[in-house]
Amino acid sequence: MARFLARFFAQARFIVGALALLFVVTLGPVSAQQQPTSVNPTASAVKEDELLRQMRIISGRGTIPDAQSYNLEQPAGREWREFHQVTLPWIGAIAVLGMLALLVGFYLWRGMVKIERGRSGRTIVRFNAFERFTHWVTASCFIVLAISGLNITFGKSLLLPLLGPEAFTAWSQWGKYAHNYLSFPFTIGVVLIALIWITGNIPNKTDVEWLKRGGGMVGNDHPPAYRFNAGQKMIYWIVILGGTAVAVSGYLLMFPFYGTTVAGMQLAQIVHGIVGVLFVAAMLAHIYIGTIGMEGAFEAMGTGTVDENWAKQHHALWLTEEQARTGPNASQSQGQARAAATPAE
Amino acid sequence: MARMKFLCDADRCIECNACVTACKNEHEVPWGINRRRVVTINDGKPGERSISMACMHCTDAPCAAVCPTNAFYTTADAVVLHSKDICIGCGYCFYACPFGAPQYPKVGNFGSRGKMDKCTYCAGGPEGDSTKAEFDKYGTNRLAQGKLPLCAEMCSTKSLLAGDGDIIAQIYKERVVKRGYGSGAWGWKTAYKETIAS
Repeated sequence: MARFLARFFAQARFIVGALALLFVVTLGPVSAQQQPTSVNPTASAVKEDELLRQMRIISGRGTIPDAQSYNLEQPAGREWREFHQVTLPWIGAIAVLGMLALLVGFYLWRGMVKIERGRSGRTIVRFNAFERFTHWVTASCFIVLAISGLNITFGKSLLLPLLGPEAFTAWSQWGKYAHNYLSFPFTIGVVLIALIWITGNIPNKTDVEWLKRGGGMVGNDHPPAYRFNAGQKMIYWIVILGGTAVAVSGYLLMFPFYGTTVAGMQLAQIVHGIVGVLFVAAMLAHIYIGTIGMEGAFEAMGTGTVDENWAKQHHALWLTEEQARTGPNASQSQGQARAAATPAE
Repeated sequence: MARMKFLCDADRCIECNACVTACKNEHEVPWGINRRRVVTINDGKPGERSISMACMHCTDAPCAAVCPTNAFYTTADAVVLHSKDICIGCGYCFYACPFGAPQYPKVGNFGSRGKMDKCTYCAGGPEGDSTKAEFDKYGTNRLAQGKLPLCAEMCSTKSLLAGDGDIIAQIYKERVVKRGYGSGAWGWKTAYKETIAS
């Protein structure tokens, strides 16, 4: 038994020794060769896919002053592209063309709203020179801003094929300058409009009544109104709120990256584009009522005076107020002066 | 024709900024404009990585899509170029670009933008090849001389590759197989809607 064990241990020692030798000879060099290739020095480094899942903009640090250049990748640009190429043109086309179609249809159905009792020949001051100046500064700026703005969205598909690349660029370049510089008088105009007409544009109970009775545009009813009826108040607030929105977003676009990032600039453009086209649509309606939509309306902003019968029909409460304040003779004498001037116009 | 692409092997980029310098010098790019730059993510922290980035010359380029004056065009080599005579400096291409490539010279106060400038893949612009007018607006037209973009040619670690997309992808794949790792072609999914398996 003891001899058997001794032989076993001797053999085992030999086997273990041979195995150890084999291990040193074979595995040693193999592991020495494999070790460097299995180590990835950047294994812990950030991966693009992970970063794209984690954040909308992959950004880091750069060595040049331009902070915008530290953004490595912003796939969100694709969403903005979708907005600019698809969403905005649809909103714009529906708003502007829809409003035009609506106005044409309305005109064909209703025609010009006449002064029912005809002109009295007596006039009353509706807007003084400063009010008219403010209105027309803002309005003329708005028309240029609207055309140059629509050109940025629709010019490429509508005007570029007609004008050719060079002429279209020259036109768009001037459009850009006009859009940038006229934004200042436009903004001043909106601020002045806000100040000079805020009294009279606060919604009240008369407006509810006026709206219930169709405002005199739908049907032949003539609900009484003070200086501004509910429709005009709506235009006022569209100008104030819409004007503020386009001004703020516009100045953000005009002074790029002053406190904004690329995401902020995209958002500013989205707000500017949507509010812009809706603003244009609303102003088309405003222009319609102020011109071919209603007899005797344009002169309020033209000469500043309106016919008394027009005022009675559309702003009865205002006329009463004014006559109580100035006395009927004031408008009478003014009316006679106007009547003498009328044939020449 | 080749389909030209850039490929930055991020595992090799050491943020030496030679590509940035080479580009600025070769094209005499004005102060304040960088057609190429190196961005370091997680700088000084574990997991740091540097990537050299310029215009990727995207397939279906977003800049070209949103441009209101159609200033962009794509060459036969699939390089996305633009005409400074058509550009009005509206800045829209920068909002759409996934890689922040478009740059604008400041021509007035408060950051008002001049005509856009970006990487041309060293392929100039619409003017005649290697003319002075082309150089003044877009820099050297190395492609017309049969040379590849200088940024990649100068790269000290050959991290930045430029050339036909299939060839540089093949080079990158061989590297990955040989060294056993690779972090993928940064930006390719966004620019070309494809990735290199690694």
